[in-house]
Order: sequence, then C-alpha cells, then structure tokens
Amino acid sequence: MTEIGKPVPQPTPESQPYWDGCLRGELLYQRCAGCGRAQFYPRSACASCGGTALEWRRSEGRGTLHAVTVVYRPPSAAFRLDVPYAVALVDLDEGFRMMANVLSANPERVAIGDRVAVTFERRGEIALPQFQPCAPRDEDL
Amino acid sequence: MAGLPLSRRARLTGAGDTPFGEIRGSSVLGLHSRAARAALADAGLAKGDVDGVLCAYSLVEPHLMLSSVVAEYLGIRPAYSLGMMLGGATGCAMVMQAAMLVESGRCRHVLVVAGDNRLTGMSRDVAVAALARVGHPQFEVPYGPNIPAYYGLVASRYLHEYGATPEQLACISVTMRQHAALHPGAHMRAPITVADVLASRMIARPLHLLDCCLVSDGACAVVVSAADASTGTRDSRVALLGAGQGHTHEHVSQAPSLTDFGCRQAASRALGEAGVTPADVDVAEIYDSFTITLLIELESMGFFPKGEAGPAIAGGALALGGALPTNTHGGLLSFGHSGAAGGLTHVVEAVRQLRGEADARQVPDARLAFVHGDGGVLSAHCSLVLARV
Repeated sequence: MTEIGKPVPQPTPESQPYWDGCLRGELLYQRCAGCGRAQFYPRSACASCGGTALEWRRSEGRGTLHAVTVVYRPPSAAFRLDVPYAVALVDLDEGFRMMANVLSANPERVAIGDRVAVTFERRGEIALPQFQPCAPRDEDL
Repeated sequence: MAGLPLSRRARLTGAGDTPFGEIRGSSVLGLHSRAARAALADAGLAKGDVDGVLCAYSLVEPHLMLSSVVAEYLGIRPAYSLGMMLGGATGCAMVMQAAMLVESGRCRHVLVVAGDNRLTGMSRDVAVAALARVGHPQFEVPYGPNIPAYYGLVASRYLHEYGATPEQLACISVTMRQHAALHPGAHMRAPITVADVLASRMIARPLHLLDCCLVSDGACAVVVSAADASTGTRDSRVALLGAGQGHTHEHVSQAPSLTDFGCRQAASRALGEAGVTPADVDVAEIYDSFTITLLIELESMGFFPKGEAGPAIAGGALALGGALPTNTHGGLLSFGHSGAAGGLTHVVEAVRQLRGEADARQVPDARLAFVHGDGGVLSAHCSLVLARV
C-alpha cells in the first residue's frame, strides 16, 4: 500500500514526536505521569485527568483486534488496487487503542481476537504504523 | 426546558419538505427555499412572522454563514440567526435549540431548515471522499476506511458480542423499504427482500450496499413556535415535551464502547424531561444511516434489551402494526438522505404522524413520538420527545 495518492498524515506540534518515532521504527504513546493512563492519539494534556505531565513511552507493538471490517469499495482511487483490505481497531498490550490496516494475504479471514504485531509502511515522508498477523507459534514462546 | 409547564413548551407548528431523490433544476438554496415555504404555509405563517432562523451546512454549496445566506435568499431579517454543525444530529439539535429560543422568550417563530443536493450536485466519488473525512486526518483516514467501514467496525463488535445475524440487519432494510413504498416523496420505493440485501454488493463487511443509506437531493423545514404565539397557527397541537443530547467522542477509534453510545444519555434525558418511558412511545423516528446504526441505538436507548432487537425486528417489531412502528417514512435507508436534511426527515414525519396526516403510513392514534438523530460515527446524539396535546 505505497503508491502515490493515498492520504499522508500531516504532523502537528503535538504529534510530531510520535511520527518521528515511527521513522525510527518505534511505536510511541503517551503516558500520564499524574494518573498513569496510556493515551492515544497524542494530545497536549491528559484527556482523563487533565494533567500536562505526559511521558512518551515505546510500545512493544503487540495487540489484539477489538473490531475489524473488510473494505470492498475504496474511499478514493488511491486504494482501488488494494481491495479487499482489512481495517481494524487494535488494542495494544500497553492499554491504548488505535486504527490500522491488518496486512494479511487473507484479509477476509482476519477476525476479532487475532493477535497482531506492528510494522511500518513508508508513505511519503511518513512511516505509517500497520499491523501483521502474529504467527501462532510466536505467541506460544 | 426541564421544569417548564406544558402551557409554555415549544410547539412544532409547521413541517415541510421536498421529495427526496434526484431533483434537478434546483440549487441548494433553492431547495432550502422550497422546504421553508412549505413549512411556513403548513403553519399558516408569513415569512415576516419568522424572527429566528437556524440552518445546518451544505457540502455542495458551502458557506461560512449559511443561516445568513438562507435568510437573505428568503428575504427574512431575523432577530436571531445561527448555523449549526453536528452531522446527522443537526436536525434534532436545531429543533432543540429552536425550542430553547422560544421557551426563553427570545423568539416567537423559529424557522429550522436544511437541504443539499448531494446526488446531482456532486459526483458520487466526490461525495464519498468528502464524507470519508469525518475520520481523523492523521490516525484514521490514512488507513482507507470508507464511511461504511467505520460502521462495519461497530457492526463487527456488536455481532461478535451479541450474535445478531446479517439476516436480522437485512430485515431493517426490508422494513424501511416497505414504509417508503407508502410515501409518495420517497427516493426508493421498489420492494426488496432479505435475499436482495444479502446479495447486494459487500461494501464494508458485514455491511452490504442495501445496509447503507442513500445519497439524495432534498430539503426539510420545520417551524418551532412559542406556545403563546402558536394560537394563530394552523395546527398548534404538537408540543416538544423533552429533548436531550449525549456526546462521548467524535472518532470511532476513541469511542468508549462500540455497543453502547451517547444515544443512551440523550434518550434518557429527553424521556426523563418528558416524564415518559420507551414503552409509552407510539411511533419512533430514529436515525438509520446504516442498518447497524438503528439496531444498536434501539437497544442503547432502552427500546429493546441488549441482544434482543435483532430477533424482534425479524419478527416485524418495527413495521406498521408492530410493537414499535419505526421510520414510517422509510428512513435514511429508503426515504432518502441529504446531509443535515436527512435527520430532519424524521422530525417532519413525527409531526405528520402526531397530527394524523401520514395517510397510508399512519400509526392509528399516534400521540407520543420519539425522534433521534446522530452524527459522526454514533458520536453526537440528540433525542426529542414530541406529543399531540
């Protein structure tokens, strides 16, 4: 999913450290020093307690699918060659949720509860976090 | 407003609309004008009687100040004017806002109007792309969800937790089409079957094309009047007994739950203010952008226990003659959907039901109507309780 024309995120001052981390191959999230909550997406204050002492943490990049759909009708021509593709909400092990594609050879078999691991897709000047299914034996280790 | 006696509660004195579907030969402002004139005529009021104008927004003819532009186009010089943007909740929220204006004494007659020509005024690709921007530009849109995909995520979780079936979802589309067949202004009136829905193209699993609302041209308007100003109108019997909102998120990836939404709080506030329960409702007009939207909202708002709406709907609960006749005009799925006007169709239909003017769609002796709109991805919610008094 790398051809020209797909939406490229435009970092804001609040999200720039996150996107910088992606370029290094690190999935970052914010943790509130006040209340301990993991926060995603990045904000200037904690949406839970309002505190502004936010630390950047590195996620191990592993999570479980909370919801998943498969797109058959692309939102724009840029995604036309990719259909069908899976769009999911991933619950990361550190306690935050994010949207991403699940890059699978069999998107129609991607299901709620599947374990996934982060990977990064280069798009323009951005590295976009994506997820791949975990091989079951990886999880058994 | 809470605590107001019935004698001071806002009245819905006028309701008007255009047919929905493909309407050529009319600009967006022209559509607003047609609906507004119909609503004023219905109320028996002249445009000079209007002292408040509330509008929504248009994708086809965007304006920074649409309510000012519409008032200028109509030749109205109101004492109060406001444009509002809450997606599909805008229609109900405008009625709630108008009620606060007349109940506070700020206005006498408020014109609420919305319209767009999304079918003929813009290409389908442009409409799809514009609407997909409801997602987060950094953290959702890059992953290529179409609008149904946001709801496909919700549906996947609901089906996972409660075991509803695609067939039960399809029954909603079939019922909406049956109702639309009885409305001469509806966009889609040809009967469909469950098999037709399941055989229609998959858009975003588990949602097929016929699980999705239409893209239509059309406009709707209502007049909300102060109780003491309503005596000079043609029909002042429809009162707003309660209204409420609930907001929990904008982006679906931030929703606190995918099976329970702010509609719970909105409905609880509206029903509580009216002093009624879901069991008292004679007719419901509830936002149905997708089949899953209506199913989840019915349960979240307390009309059915969790997990029981699907089987009940398959048994005909939402049909005319059912336990809870719902979207008697055909809803967004079959009457049509034209931006903020879509959510206002539910209000217009409720007024007609309560007056006994719904012709072949009439719910016998409908006295209490519940109306709900939601915007975003089940994000912004507004409920209304209307009654014939």
